[in-house]
Amino acid sequence: MSTHISDATSGAHEEIGHSEAGVEQKHLGEKSADWVDGRLGVYNLAKANLRKIFPDHWSFMLGEICLYSFIIIILTGVYLTLFFNPSMGEVVYHGTYTPLQGIKMSEAYKSALDISFDVRGGLLIRQIHHWAAIVFVAAMLVHMMRVFFTGAFRKPREINWLFGFLLLFLGMFDGFMGYSLPDDLLSGTGIRFMEGAILSVPLVGTYLQMFLYGGQFPGNDIIPRFFTIHVLLIPGIMLGLLVAHLILVFYHKHTQFAGPGRTEKNVVGMPLMPVYMAKAGGFFFLVFGVIAFVSAIASVNPIWEYGPYRPDQVSTDAQPDWYMGFSEGLIRIMPGWEIRAWGHTLELGVFIPLVIFGLMFVVIAIYPFLEGWITGDKREHHILDRPRNAPVRTGLGVAWIAEYIILLVGGGNDLFATHLHLSIDAITWACRVLFFVGPVIAFMVTKRWCMGLQRRDKDKILHGRETGTIKRLPHGEFIEVHAQLPQEELFRLTAHEQSAPAELPAAVDENGVKRKIGSITKLRAKLSAGYFGPQSQIAKPTAEEHAEITSGHGHH
Amino acid sequence: MTSQDNMSEEHLPEAAHGHGGGPVVSKDGYFADPGLPPHEHRRTDIDEKAARRAERQVAMWFLLSMLATVGFIASYVIFKPGPTHHVFIWPIGNVSPLNFALGVTLGISLFAIGAGAVHWARTLMSDEEHIAERHPIEATPEVREQVFADFRQGSKESGFGRRKLIRNTMIGAMAMVPLSAVVLFRDLGPLPEKKLDTTGWKAGMLLKNMNTGEPIQASDVQVGSLTFAMPADLSEDDEDFQERIAKDALMLVRLQPGDIKDKKSADWGYHGVLAFSKICTHVGCPISLYEQQTHHVLCPCHQSTFDLSDGARVIFGPAGHALPQLQIGVDNTGNLEALNGFTVPVGPGFWERSE
Repeated sequence: MSTHISDATSGAHEEIGHSEAGVEQKHLGEKSADWVDGRLGVYNLAKANLRKIFPDHWSFMLGEICLYSFIIIILTGVYLTLFFNPSMGEVVYHGTYTPLQGIKMSEAYKSALDISFDVRGGLLIRQIHHWAAIVFVAAMLVHMMRVFFTGAFRKPREINWLFGFLLLFLGMFDGFMGYSLPDDLLSGTGIRFMEGAILSVPLVGTYLQMFLYGGQFPGNDIIPRFFTIHVLLIPGIMLGLLVAHLILVFYHKHTQFAGPGRTEKNVVGMPLMPVYMAKAGGFFFLVFGVIAFVSAIASVNPIWEYGPYRPDQVSTDAQPDWYMGFSEGLIRIMPGWEIRAWGHTLELGVFIPLVIFGLMFVVIAIYPFLEGWITGDKREHHILDRPRNAPVRTGLGVAWIAEYIILLVGGGNDLFATHLHLSIDAITWACRVLFFVGPVIAFMVTKRWCMGLQRRDKDKILHGRETGTIKRLPHGEFIEVHAQLPQEELFRLTAHEQSAPAELPAAVDENGVKRKIGSITKLRAKLSAGYFGPQSQIAKPTAEEHAEITSGHGHH
Repeated sequence: MTSQDNMSEEHLPEAAHGHGGGPVVSKDGYFADPGLPPHEHRRTDIDEKAARRAERQVAMWFLLSMLATVGFIASYVIFKPGPTHHVFIWPIGNVSPLNFALGVTLGISLFAIGAGAVHWARTLMSDEEHIAERHPIEATPEVREQVFADFRQGSKESGFGRRKLIRNTMIGAMAMVPLSAVVLFRDLGPLPEKKLDTTGWKAGMLLKNMNTGEPIQASDVQVGSLTFAMPADLSEDDEDFQERIAKDALMLVRLQPGDIKDKKSADWGYHGVLAFSKICTHVGCPISLYEQQTHHVLCPCHQSTFDLSDGARVIFGPAGHALPQLQIGVDNTGNLEALNGFTVPVGPGFWERSE
């Protein structure tokens, strides 16, 4: 009897277990989730974020490229440290690369050669590391341009702009230190250049140089010190900034472009899970795949061709990595000014470029605060500007880029001279003039261009778009049929705000007493007029204007 | 009317038909927000066959990735590393077969995962747009008041504002404690003292040819050639070779004595043989480009140009001062020797440099 019962129950169990196998598995998943939640309280976090809505636009993935190339750099960088020997101790090379047989070199250079030639896949990882660094800085710059030109840095995102700015700044320097580590002839020249730049600093230059290099150039310390800074200090800070940057992106919720259904109070898009997990997660692999492929077919920094560093040797057309190119331009186009007096030398030819280098970054960092002060705008902004609707900002951004490009050309003046058969003096002088004139021209052209695009928008709204359909009227006249824009387009093109310039307080207050207006207030009003005056915005058409014109045209 | 005419009528824009009503106007007199447009289905949303095709395509990408990983491991085993192995691949040229195979297979294995995931998201996952509300970042006035009250309460209970002695000494202690960290950095390097003012050159030191390592006869230096030299007491095997060569490297030229414009420069040479520091006075690159006709030398780093016939003064580029000249003569065997050390610091300028 007992056996009978047990048979029946076991049969029933089997049936339940069979039919609900899926449920039981789910239980396991839920159980472990509960276990984690009981300890970390993750459900509230997941509730807010699993189905978090992100808007879609191609330009929003530029930041993702930065994130992914950073991860790739970390992964490949850790691998490289397993084989790299950051020492300036001297050894004689007896490796597999015959042209350097018997040559004296640092252990750093030798281990970089060994990674390239003797570690299987070492060259690939080295090239992925270097290519990813090139992509990283480029992506940060382009991502920053996107944020700048769309006004995404406005309140409440100014601090995240600063985080991003610091990431760009640190990323460039970490790149510089990274390519300096192999201690080859090219990178050693870069370290020598840095020495000269530090020496030019008034008062403390020589002290800074001695402390950084551990003595006179080149010493034995700079490579190991760069190594620690390159692999630990800067990446550590950057990782923290990166996490903070991403937390703020989630916390503020992403900005979006104007469009039907999109307001300052909502965000329209698709959920993190599953769409953006798949798209963004997949995009990591796309970026990694492309960089790996590039590293398979395109050589970068072939250090074996340069030879080990010696302070009395140099190769021609020595060039830094592209992101340091503009500082190279600054140093090359600067005239050799030097003030010698009272037993001291002020090396302006090097120090002024160093200061301008810093200023080029400072203007990036402070711009959101500067614009906020000029416009006096204290509101939150989540709808992005179209660059044409903020002509002054767009013009300033393009002026900066123009300056950057002029300096890049200046930094490669020898290459331009040899490849284009031009005089190097002529190129240098052209860059000197363009350094001052170029950004001004870029600003004016861009601003006018933006105004033209605003007029074009207005025209499209009031008169419709050109259809390409030509109609012949009964009396023989030919006209092109214009089509009214749909409501979505009309709304999208007029969704931006147009502020009035800040006005100076009345010269006389309500009691008839003459008010004193400070020069700063006056300056601000002037700048504000520059941003919002009739020179910078075409009044967007109202529905009334639209109705008048369309009714006037009526039937053709 | 033919169907052809109907077609073209259809393509005529709405306005041509006198679209009734006109746009919807918002309260502020501009165009109203028509709201989120209705979701449009994709092919894969309504056609199960298309969806299954998309599913197969995604799976193909993932399968391709697996194959590429197998290829990666096979390449790792098959191909040999090293500079002696290369293979011609059009249009790239000669490449290391190992690097090429590993990179391409790794690239494909990663890219295919990404392509599969993105294709999956674009074709099969819902593309319906959702609206999420934003909330102001700023706290409500009540919360703000509460925080300020809490802070005041905490501050009051700590007595921070009232007990000035505690406050001031604490600030003092906190301000001072980082000094220990600053002091610790003192031993990063020596003090500059006069280190940058001097080089290894001394009176009576022979010049040694950089390439041959032999002393240099004055007659060995020909017009139109550029010879590199270093002090005779310096050897590549020396512990401090890099530091010394960074300052002591010389370049020798011979000019027709009549071509030398600077009298002092001519006096410091020997029968037209002049010795200048090879280290650029801009930021320290070694100068290596010599124009025989004009006696100009050019630094390849930043194109500072110096006229060796005129005391190596700067004629173009960012360098701030002339290349220092070493006073030379010959010893009793006819070998070039320094008659003096450098009288000014070589290399880039610095604050303490006096001339």
